[in-house]
Amino acid sequence: MLKILKQSLSTGVVTNSFPATVSEPPDGFRGKPVIDFARCTACDKCAAVCPTDAISVQTSQHDPSIPANEKHLSISYGDCIFCGECAAACPDCITETKVFFLASANKESLTLRARYRSEPTGDRFLEMVNPPPVTSRETEVLGNELRKRIHKTFGRSLHIREVDAGSCNGCEIEITALNNAIYDIERFGIHFVASPRHADMLLVTGPVTRNMEIALKQTYEATPDPKLVVAVGACAIGGGIFGKSYASCGGVDTVVPVDVYIPGCPPRPEALLHGILLAIDRYPANRLSTEETSHKRGSKDTA
Amino acid sequence: MDNREKISIAIQEGYGQRMTVREGTARNELYLFLKDEYLSGLPEICSNLFKTFKASFVTLIPNDERTINGRFCVYYVLSIPHEDLFLILCVSVDPRQREIPSISTVIDAATWFEREMKDWYGVVAFPNVRNHATHPDWPEDVYPMLKDFHRVTQVPRVKGVFDFRHVEGEGVFEIPVGPVHAGTIEPGHFRFTVAGEPIINLDIKLFYTHKGTEKIAEGMTPHRAVFLAERISGDSSFAHALAFCHAVERLSGIEVPKRALVIRTNLLELERLHNHLGDIGAMLLDVGFAVGAQWAFRLKEQMLQLNEVLTGSRLLRGMAAIGGVRRPIEDTAHKRESLYRTLDEVNKEFVKLVDLVMSTASVLDRFETTGRLKPKNASRMGMVGIAARASGINRDLRRDHPHCAYPYLTLKVPVHSEGDVLARFNIRVEEVRESFKLIDQLHHQHVNEEIISTIEAIPPLRQALGYVEGWRGEIVHWMMTDNGGNIYRWKITDPSFHNWRALKLAVLNNIVPDFPVINKSFNLSYSGNDR
Repeated sequence: MLKILKQSLSTGVVTNSFPATVSEPPDGFRGKPVIDFARCTACDKCAAVCPTDAISVQTSQHDPSIPANEKHLSISYGDCIFCGECAAACPDCITETKVFFLASANKESLTLRARYRSEPTGDRFLEMVNPPPVTSRETEVLGNELRKRIHKTFGRSLHIREVDAGSCNGCEIEITALNNAIYDIERFGIHFVASPRHADMLLVTGPVTRNMEIALKQTYEATPDPKLVVAVGACAIGGGIFGKSYASCGGVDTVVPVDVYIPGCPPRPEALLHGILLAIDRYPANRLSTEETSHKRGSKDTA
Repeated sequence: MDNREKISIAIQEGYGQRMTVREGTARNELYLFLKDEYLSGLPEICSNLFKTFKASFVTLIPNDERTINGRFCVYYVLSIPHEDLFLILCVSVDPRQREIPSISTVIDAATWFEREMKDWYGVVAFPNVRNHATHPDWPEDVYPMLKDFHRVTQVPRVKGVFDFRHVEGEGVFEIPVGPVHAGTIEPGHFRFTVAGEPIINLDIKLFYTHKGTEKIAEGMTPHRAVFLAERISGDSSFAHALAFCHAVERLSGIEVPKRALVIRTNLLELERLHNHLGDIGAMLLDVGFAVGAQWAFRLKEQMLQLNEVLTGSRLLRGMAAIGGVRRPIEDTAHKRESLYRTLDEVNKEFVKLVDLVMSTASVLDRFETTGRLKPKNASRMGMVGIAARASGINRDLRRDHPHCAYPYLTLKVPVHSEGDVLARFNIRVEEVRESFKLIDQLHHQHVNEEIISTIEAIPPLRQALGYVEGWRGEIVHWMMTDNGGNIYRWKITDPSFHNWRALKLAVLNNIVPDFPVINKSFNLSYSGNDR
């Protein structure tokens, strides 16, 4: 008993001070890969090595709406597994940044797309194609009013039920880490609970396998309203490396509606915290602006 | 003449009439092709090979080779540990009959492999009619691993219910658990039958996380498949990717630079460390010892952060590559300093943690004699890895089939024979200490060499095993290339696939509240098992 007491006292506080300060990932960390679209010539080098086809080049053959003399190059951070192969294949145009806060309520905003025109001298950058405005989603329609309500309902205390819908268990390792003393998610009043009936939020990982599809639907139905669903990791966002097959549905939103997407393979614990706090509108607004600058820093590096 | 040649000659003399013997591309593989007319003698031959060479069962690989030779082929892989040799018995199956004799009657360890073969290939060996790898809503006569089944086929659901083994009697009732569990763990269904508190039967239904990994890899380039291999089981990301790389390297005869071998060995041990520390914490948590658990989780977190400093990924992803490794881990002073400082800190704390645990009676009381698996049963079921070594089986691929830099290192393999939760806990504790020593031995080895060799084209229609002793146990991959050097067939064997059956035995006569800690002491992968 005395030994235990001594150990507890001598350890002191080990919990980090997220979100007031966010520790910078070490050098060599592979965060958001940023494409310098203006420099890029849509040569397909990066798309050819991308294991999940997160980067792809589309022509009129793939999509009839693209004019014959044009090409589209797109990168989806939802599908990205942050392997670093694109930056290794094309160091001139692609830079690995340390940005890892990528969570978003809008799946379309995770994809960047640029238009290129084929010319005799090579393909030339025309412009960025903005993601189409989202109108169908309730969150978007009700906008701020709903966000306020979510904050009011879930802002102080949130109960999460984690559902593994066929992940490789990589995401589970990081989600489990949220309960350790370093990330200590309970300091935000957020608890993991044993039953969906006690939960406000489902944290879903994996591409949703055929054999988990019904279980996920039933878990969703067993969760009382109002509820939030967060898709964690590349598999949960769009099937990831497993895609869509006889055994995999290819993403959580093919089965239940999703409120927030957290990219990563797997997302770091701090990225998970960021995504969860974002979903309940508790992520400090002033921190958001710092991320903007770090994004800019990332893209400036490429110029 | 070395012992391997002697074995090859002994097999020629003893079985030459019934099979043709051919050396594989990799030096330590011996392919034995059984002649069709002797098919009915398969169990006897397996049993004899098993006994004569004191072999252990490694894996069973069904393969649809109709596009090559019009037949199905089944490969039975046996390991002769003291000679570093694999015997691969190949049996050709008539595609119209799709029936072969079962070897499960003589080698119990093959049971699940034969049942999976029936569900995925329609090749019947094991008489058990219950589906194993497919769920009841999967239609009969649809076999996803056949070459004429396209991987994005939408297969309709049919009506069907799970068929569990029921026990009846006064006061006997069933407890269904899962697939969505109370903790943050993977999905699977457990059906306990209890009489009062003690568990009298446990049925386990897996394959909830089946993602068709082996199927979607068909036709993929090996370089791309490395990233898929990293995602077979997240906790063994590096070990699985490396086992796959080994298979490709062995079938194409690629030499790996020494520096890459050193880095690979370091990474395997780092993976072992973070998982063992996490398991130690989780086992302590399951017996309610929060101080010890949080301490271990803190050490695990330190290891994950170290992984990120060294490789850019907390789970060591993006490191394995065919022919070497993608990135160095000792190229900067900061990395080297972080590695040795963190290991030193964690090591010191770990000694104190183990000291605290071993002097806490409430923990030991829960660990001792709980979830006991007798050595006799463990060896019958062909268990592997830490769980096997806790039940008296002295089996470790790092020593028996040396790979990476292990042949050059002094390695002690801890073995306990009690087979209880405490034994599995102690194996982890001793392996953690051993890992610290191994990483220490790798200090400053071959630092100025290449980390990856240049790869020519991968040769077509070749096959080889690739194996690694991961933290959980032996990971064995088998890969065969198609005409273009891409994947024709990739068989993944995770240690969990061997060990899940043993869990059913280990829990018998234990009380339900002890199930979590017993389960955690095995810590088997669902995703690795289901693929």
